[in-house]
Amino acid sequence: MAEITVSNLRHSYDGDLSDPARLALKGIDHVWRDGGAYALLGPSGCGKSSMLNIISGLVRPTAGRVLFDGRDVTELGPEQRNIAQVFQFPVLYDTMTVEQNLAFPLRNRRVDPGRITRRVREVAEMLDLGPMLGRRAAGLGAAEKQKISLGRGLVREDVAAILFDEPLTVIDPQVKFDLRRKLRLVHETLGLTLVYVTHDQSEALTFADQVVVMSEGEVVQVGTPEELYERPGHTFVGHFIGSPGMNFLPCALEGGRIVFDGGSLPAPRGLAARPGGALVLGIRPHGLGPATDEAEAVPARLIDVEDRGAFRIAEIAIGGNRLRMRVGERDWLPADGLRVAFRPEATLLYANDRLLEDAHA
Amino acid sequence: MTLRIEAVSRRVEGEAWLSDIDLTLEPGRLYVLLGRTGAGKTSLMRVLAGLDRPTRGRVTEDGRDLAGVPVNRRNLAFVYQQFVNYPAFSVYDNIAAPLRRRGGTRAGIDARVREVARAVRIDAFLDRRPGALSGGQQQRLAIARALAKGASLMLFDEPLVNLDYKLREELRSELRALFHEGGQTVVYATTEPDEALQMGGETIVMHEGRVLQTGSAHHVYRHPASVRVADIFSEPPMNVAEARIAGARMTLGGVELATPARARGRIEGPCRVGLMPHRIERAPGEGRVALRGPVLLAEVDGSSTFTHFEAGGSAWIARSEGVHLMPLGAAFEGFVNPEDFYVFDTAGDLVAAPAALESAYG
Amino acid sequence: MLKIEDNRAWFLILPVFLLVAFNAVIPLMTVVNYSLQDIFGPGQRAFIGVEWFRETLRDPAIHAAFLRQILFSGLVLAIEIPLGVAIALTLPRGGWKASAAIVLVAIPLLIPFNVVGMIWQVYARPEIGFLGQVVNALGIPFNYTGDPLSAWVTILMMDAWHWTPLVILLAYAGLCSIPEPYYQAARIDGASRWAVFRYIELPKLNGVLTIAFLLRFMDSFMIYTEPYVVTGGGPGSSTTFLSIRLVNMAVGQFDLGPAAAFSLVYFLVILLFSYVFYTILQRAGRA
Repeated sequence: MAEITVSNLRHSYDGDLSDPARLALKGIDHVWRDGGAYALLGPSGCGKSSMLNIISGLVRPTAGRVLFDGRDVTELGPEQRNIAQVFQFPVLYDTMTVEQNLAFPLRNRRVDPGRITRRVREVAEMLDLGPMLGRRAAGLGAAEKQKISLGRGLVREDVAAILFDEPLTVIDPQVKFDLRRKLRLVHETLGLTLVYVTHDQSEALTFADQVVVMSEGEVVQVGTPEELYERPGHTFVGHFIGSPGMNFLPCALEGGRIVFDGGSLPAPRGLAARPGGALVLGIRPHGLGPATDEAEAVPARLIDVEDRGAFRIAEIAIGGNRLRMRVGERDWLPADGLRVAFRPEATLLYANDRLLEDAHA
Repeated sequence: MTLRIEAVSRRVEGEAWLSDIDLTLEPGRLYVLLGRTGAGKTSLMRVLAGLDRPTRGRVTEDGRDLAGVPVNRRNLAFVYQQFVNYPAFSVYDNIAAPLRRRGGTRAGIDARVREVARAVRIDAFLDRRPGALSGGQQQRLAIARALAKGASLMLFDEPLVNLDYKLREELRSELRALFHEGGQTVVYATTEPDEALQMGGETIVMHEGRVLQTGSAHHVYRHPASVRVADIFSEPPMNVAEARIAGARMTLGGVELATPARARGRIEGPCRVGLMPHRIERAPGEGRVALRGPVLLAEVDGSSTFTHFEAGGSAWIARSEGVHLMPLGAAFEGFVNPEDFYVFDTAGDLVAAPAALESAYG
Repeated sequence: MLKIEDNRAWFLILPVFLLVAFNAVIPLMTVVNYSLQDIFGPGQRAFIGVEWFRETLRDPAIHAAFLRQILFSGLVLAIEIPLGVAIALTLPRGGWKASAAIVLVAIPLLIPFNVVGMIWQVYARPEIGFLGQVVNALGIPFNYTGDPLSAWVTILMMDAWHWTPLVILLAYAGLCSIPEPYYQAARIDGASRWAVFRYIELPKLNGVLTIAFLLRFMDSFMIYTEPYVVTGGGPGSSTTFLSIRLVNMAVGQFDLGPAAAFSLVYFLVILLFSYVFYTILQRAGRA
């Protein structure tokens, strides 16, 4: 187990750092705390896989350092770093049995055979692989294969961290539950440092205690799943997390009110000394609702309603703004004379795409 | 053009891929084939397209039997899971290809290509080759080519399954809008209940080569004809438990509650009951009964949290809005209203659905 | 994906049927016909049943050629498969270096068989050939026209030079198709270079090596041109392989009947061996 620090990490695949716009990683500082379950979340091309490969040692960063418990490992290869990795597609030694697969990392490190057997059985037990130890790995299903990949990491008692690269991509939806639960279980019982790369927000939020959201080579927010959902620190996070994503309205502050095309709301207190630049109001679809009384509601026009089963998504227009509002399956939604309430604690203000702290209206 | 599928079966190497399918596809409407992988969705679409011949039964267009009409003479377009485009053609030529084959003036083709490219938002890349596009753009291109043809029948076989979830979300609402505008018959296959709901239209629920139920998405979702349909058409799947009804009392796994009013007198003794995950509330309320037990896993899906927990000897899933994660083994408390239960007989066929929904969604 | 059912398709493949009939079925039937008859001259023939087959199977010269052939194919496979894989492992992957290496490796495959024979015939000559001179200068007596061992070594070297590139290309293609994560996982698991070869590369090469093995077996079992050019089957009959023996019978002695029976047996033996090898290799791949 280890605390992993990356400091001022910059990476370019052609080794040229002169053009910041073309860097895969643009100067990242982050500490992965010992025993934390982290997700590295972002769209394809955001630099998350580069980051993972730099932590594992498969890629050497162009500039910056990687520390394991304070020890500089930047120059070391993956075999010298005590990390384990689970890849997108199950990587197995096809000719070996499940047991031999699990024992392989230990055998390579010349661990005493008695201890190997014991350790392999322990890990197999934890991952429900016990009954199939003697079977050939090649004939198993994708979920079992991914468990074996994970198991090859877990057997090493000295493992500093386990890295996951979209490990559930090839798993059928019906068995994902089982594997997700196993991952949680592994984390809660072993307290290992885990880093999980994915482009799928649901995977990230389900897996992690801390989610690191990346976009275009930069970390835009680090937070718990609840924080990312309730208080996105960046408009990108608001858009990327949640389905549908956050609504954004260009707005201005005038006379103690947030004014936007089609209406206004009271501004939060203590927001006088705010920085300049374009202001945007962000609110999640469930922060909006049909107003039941006259208090601070904004008139809106109903454009379309999508029935999503458990809820409905109403597309509404406020002035020239198009917004999505989430309405419960049985909740009231008037066709005419709709007025929309903005839940104050869900109403957030952004300047230059960054959340204005303590600025909910 | 009305397409009728009459008693169609297709067997391949002794295995039934389609069994006794009867469907009528009205012009200008959207039909969503919903079912798991292997349910027969693709087989049915291939028969509709004329790519495969049914073993029994026939497909007719306005009463005319289509058997023997080769696929290249039929007026249809097919969009696949894989992004199928002409790799050596530019985006422009990809869209223009089906139009040129049919003939027409150069100006007319040009106008149509640009119109369609704008509709699927790839008009900025007309000069590029498909290889230089992202996955989402490649699939938009395939959709554009299908639209450009102006075919009277458009078949979509899980077109969004290979895309990232944000893109999927975007393209779903765009497709929904495109289908609303066009006058063509669309058949759209998916495994995802959310997609079927969002697309709207007529839902055709398939399983093991059979059609289990047809109807509007809203209706089928709320009135699944059987446990099987409910299972296919809900994400997370509907909670289903064994129960016993004795008059006004219903017991399930040690929990005793009132028999749903609509089921009273219609079934006695052993039965199965179903509860939509979003009907397990976190707060107590009038008439609600508590379910208590340890958390098995909390999953986030989109903007909701699915909490799997154990109560009364069975596993339950509660759906709640927002992100509310709980550690494994934590104590979960959910509250259910007996009137929200679906009641199925022991064979799994629906006896009664919650009443409150009928007026709102028919 | 756009498969259209249409019976007219049969007409389209009719020309191929006719072609196959003319170039395979009819010639083969001619051979079968010859093998069952004794032919004295034009129009003079007698049906003699399996007499020629019996004779062929009892001919000690053919027995000797058969054992020679087995030894030769065995040596070819034992040399070329490991050598080909070993060289493929050292080739660069990707970039201009890879393209250059592939072109260089493939050159011997582009040379006509009899030219290969000519090259080696000259190259290995003790009086004028570079190889022959160097080996003799080292004090090792080497003369393929007089010494059976020298003749064998020359032919084996020639075959290895000519055909190992095929194994290299197949193995190289197989190696290139192994996804990068396998190597990454092996590094993380602390696997040695040998373990990577044994547990990742070799299993993944199983398919292409089966093909390489079968191709090299069939070709080497039928080898004719190159040894014929170099040694003519000698010295003595030490390099008279099955096909050389066959040609001697058919063309040299004009024994058409026995030669026809011999070639049918030859054909069936190759078929049988190939089937057995294929089955064994497939099993080995799965086990």
